Amino acid sequence: MTKQYKAAALISGGLDSMLAARAMQEQGIYVEGLNFFTGFCVEGHTHAIRKKDQNKPKRNNALWVAEQLGMKLHFVDVIEEYKDILFNPKHGYGAHLNPCLDCKIFMVEKAYEWIKENDFDFIITGEVIGQRPKSQRKDTMPVVARESGAEGLLLRPLCGKNLPATIPELEGWIDRDALFDFSGRTRKPQMALAKQYGFEDYAQPAGGCCFLTDAQYSVKLADLWKSRGAKEYELDDIMLLKVGRHLRPKPEFKVIISREEGEGKFLQGYKNQYISLKTTSHAGPLALLDGRIEPEDLELAARMVARYSQGRDAEQVELEVREKDGSTRTISVAPMSPHEIKKEWQL
Amino acid sequence: MSNPEDTVVIDARRLLCPMPVIRVQNAVKELSPGTRVEAICTDPGALSDIPAWGRINGHTIIETISRDDEYIITLEVGEK
Repeated sequence: MTKQYKAAALISGGLDSMLAARAMQEQGIYVEGLNFFTGFCVEGHTHAIRKKDQNKPKRNNALWVAEQLGMKLHFVDVIEEYKDILFNPKHGYGAHLNPCLDCKIFMVEKAYEWIKENDFDFIITGEVIGQRPKSQRKDTMPVVARESGAEGLLLRPLCGKNLPATIPELEGWIDRDALFDFSGRTRKPQMALAKQYGFEDYAQPAGGCCFLTDAQYSVKLADLWKSRGAKEYELDDIMLLKVGRHLRPKPEFKVIISREEGEGKFLQGYKNQYISLKTTSHAGPLALLDGRIEPEDLELAARMVARYSQGRDAEQVELEVREKDGSTRTISVAPMSPHEIKKEWQL
Repeated sequence: MSNPEDTVVIDARRLLCPMPVIRVQNAVKELSPGTRVEAICTDPGALSDIPAWGRINGHTIIETISRDDEYIITLEVGEK
């Protein structure tokens, strides 16, 4: 009886990994998906928080892809392990704080561990030579295979014909001639293949799947590390960087101010971890104070928050100050004028 | 719906997707087929994500409820 070969596919939720997995299914390979959650994944978060986005369709694209392909999907929580990749990327960062090559090596390494533990035969990814400036180049793709330990058990079906044969090809588990020779940043071959497979709906490429490729987000993360004097974070820290206006008027603390109702509701969930401010005399945002707050800083922060409230033109605005232990008091401040909020405070 | 005594309740409030799904996945890994799992979430994305995860991994979605700002998804663990 012929052995049923099994592959683990790295599924991001985008078109390329969807096509790669389907290409293997077409060759009779049993495929299950892996999706690694670092905490920085773009998927869905801001939609979940911001009220104006609440009517947008919510779906996790990795799950959706798995369902379209009729395969199981396993989420792998790598939040803690990923810190070392982000803090010390052997191959350096990309344009921002994105350690793309180290990240890909790490994920393939984790997938390699997974296939050994779960008795699978090889790994597939949707990588295409030349598609990404750092991790998907002809010279870096062998680095991923080598440094992850997966070596010849890592197959890239979409560009396999452009790469040396892997073990699944050499051993006859799959047909190399049925692989593809995609290269470069063009999406046309992928779209044609999607049409051939009958995929009418798929996630549009968004220029990256990770907040670390975002310039503004990276500035906020770098600021967080600088303020703490060390590269460190918890999941809550990196979630909060995705929400609200972040203003740092002094090195010792910053103010996170909600921009709309959904963000206010989200920030409220942190009221036992941070001192919070909420305007009471006028409609306005909720703000969290992150850092070491001296009594005089409280007034400064309150004046900033009042600036973003409906009372911005009033002489005085009242705010409730809530301590982490739940105790509250009311203060009254004059809202800042626009020129008092310095550009360099804004992260 | 009443809570059978053997229902495993997962508090995934304040967690953003896919964390609620990961919590459910990790709990289900340790549970026997037939056990019910109730996930209480605040991210509306969980309403589609947990059922989708359940369907593709062979678990049965019993009920999804939206109540105030919370979303409760109940599933029954399938054969592994």
